[in-house]
Amino acid sequence: MRKILLESLLRRPVTDAPPVIEDSELAALAASIDVAARRRLGRGLAIRELDAGSCNGCELEINALQNAVYDLERFGLRFVASPRHADVLMVTGPLAKNMRIAVERTYDAMPAPKWVVAVGDCAVTGGLFAGSYACLGPAEAVLPVTLRIPGCPPTPTELLKGLLTLLRS
Amino acid sequence: MTPLTELIDPGRAAPGHAPWPRVPVDADNWLDVAALLGENGWTLLGLWADGQRVHMAVADDAVPPAVVVISLDTENGTYPSVSRYHPPAIRLERALRDLSGLQPEGLPDPRPWLDHGAWGIGAPLARVPSPPAAAGYTFLRVEGEDLHEIAVGPVHAGVIEPGHFRFTNDGETVVRLEERLGYTHKGLESLLAGSTLDHAARLAGRASGDSTVAYALAFARAAEAACGVVVPPRAVWLRALMAELERMANHIGDLGAVCNDASFAIIHAHCGILRERVLRAAATCFGHRLMMDRIVPGGVAVDLGATGLTALRALLREFGKRLPALAELYDQTTSLQDRMVTAGIVRPALVRRFGCGGHVGRASGRDFDTRRDVPYPPYDHLRFVVPVQTEGDVNARLWVRIREIDQSVGLINQILAGLPAGAIRAPVDPATGVGREGVAMVESFRGDVLAWLRLDAAGAVARCHLRDPSCFQWPLLEAAIEGNIIADFPICNKSFNCSYSGHDL
Repeated sequence: MRKILLESLLRRPVTDAPPVIEDSELAALAASIDVAARRRLGRGLAIRELDAGSCNGCELEINALQNAVYDLERFGLRFVASPRHADVLMVTGPLAKNMRIAVERTYDAMPAPKWVVAVGDCAVTGGLFAGSYACLGPAEAVLPVTLRIPGCPPTPTELLKGLLTLLRS
Repeated sequence: MTPLTELIDPGRAAPGHAPWPRVPVDADNWLDVAALLGENGWTLLGLWADGQRVHMAVADDAVPPAVVVISLDTENGTYPSVSRYHPPAIRLERALRDLSGLQPEGLPDPRPWLDHGAWGIGAPLARVPSPPAAAGYTFLRVEGEDLHEIAVGPVHAGVIEPGHFRFTNDGETVVRLEERLGYTHKGLESLLAGSTLDHAARLAGRASGDSTVAYALAFARAAEAACGVVVPPRAVWLRALMAELERMANHIGDLGAVCNDASFAIIHAHCGILRERVLRAAATCFGHRLMMDRIVPGGVAVDLGATGLTALRALLREFGKRLPALAELYDQTTSLQDRMVTAGIVRPALVRRFGCGGHVGRASGRDFDTRRDVPYPPYDHLRFVVPVQTEGDVNARLWVRIREIDQSVGLINQILAGLPAGAIRAPVDPATGVGREGVAMVESFRGDVLAWLRLDAAGAVARCHLRDPSCFQWPLLEAAIEGNIIADFPICNKSFNCSYSGHDL
């Protein structure tokens, strides 16, 4: 272990530089976030991730945000275990009807002010599962969505860009 | 040992089913097979309905192993339950009943499984859906002094999929775990019905995102079997390259995640970096980090170029350098070993009975790997060993996975050395005017994925069934945790890493 630790100390960090967000992207991603909301969001965000029936592809890339390469926490963003500690609900999946009660209860358990981020094509539009008897479609069918990050799944860089727009004031 | 062909005469096989025979049987014959499943070297691979007909895929482990699909036409919507004789079929039959409306007569556990009473209809795959089932669910009763229940989920504390675990504990010790799944049911099989082959391939690739390559491959191979398509050699080899990259990414990620559940962050951090390297190499080679939609019926969608080759060589070098050090650190850290060794033991008899594949089966002595035992190209041209352990604990499952990463590195080296030149996609013409059927089995990182489909006369998918390896692993997690302390559940669970989405479909 000492050898691995020492090597890590001597090697250059593996962490990527923060992604550059073009103004056009910013406008597209965060059109609905008003200035007041941004001010309240401040410089740190606690995120509760909620799989509402995803294929787990989105979860893989959201988990990757926490690795040393993307190092989400350096931006003041962190995942929390309880919705009661969360500012942001990050929803994936085409809102499986079997998850509806759990989704509503999770959102209700969050203290206000709170925001919802829809991640992945399924949560943004229903994706390939739109129209299924078992799905409600996009997250906005049940929740007030503030930010949409499309992709199947969105890459960690796309996720980071989206989340950073929440913090831009 | 009765060979399967003694009970089931392949001479009576239905026409147009490839590559293995599908044999229509009567109810007596159906029950004869059911009664012998799980012993006798016979393994249940899948059980599903197509209209008023039920199908059961069975493997006979004789040499060479034989796969047969057995079909029974139901009478008045009922058929004799398989799980009456073979408990691993219970959840399959509950799911089959919830989706198709057909009734398995004598099903030992009649509770709903995928249908939580939320769809607004019942039996969505039936020609005429029924009224919705009642919501509510009764968990099995556990009685005894000092026992208490702990309900976990469907929303869990981490960034993971949803499902419900009902623990009954005596103090810290788990007396029983009962799983309730189905929360991520998306109606995949109903969306598959009526789709074109290309659209259905995209849907199949979203059965379980972590196994998107394996599912796309299983679906494509079933479709190609039905259509009689010969895939160009280069595409066959590129498919295996993608499958091995997917295996490496998942195994290395889970090794880190299990160690993280024991609060050993350094392995988690390094495994996270290695996983990222695999995904970036995949993106460089094929334009998508998880390689979604890169395997298509007829071949592959993207060819491997020079930059991809360079990225892969760098990736293999990095794994060669870093993996042994991480494996050694894992092995020599006594605090980790204390958590992993003897935790969550699955008995060999259980994995055999359930036909449990992947690292869960191989860590408990079930020496089975589709790539070797029901071989498909190009694995019949490649050298690899199938790591098997017998201890059946978390540690054994992790070692199987570490050794499999090593084998995947070797396989990719061979693929790069022997990659044939030529076309990457053959034309597929599914419209022939005759409904045909195909079946395929593919080894995902998690175990064997089964895909079966029937095409309609116009060449669209009339019915497609996908069976995740988790279907035979989830029940064994309940057995693995029995008698362990509840604090070890995350470690046991992650060492399995069953798919919720692949199971719920």
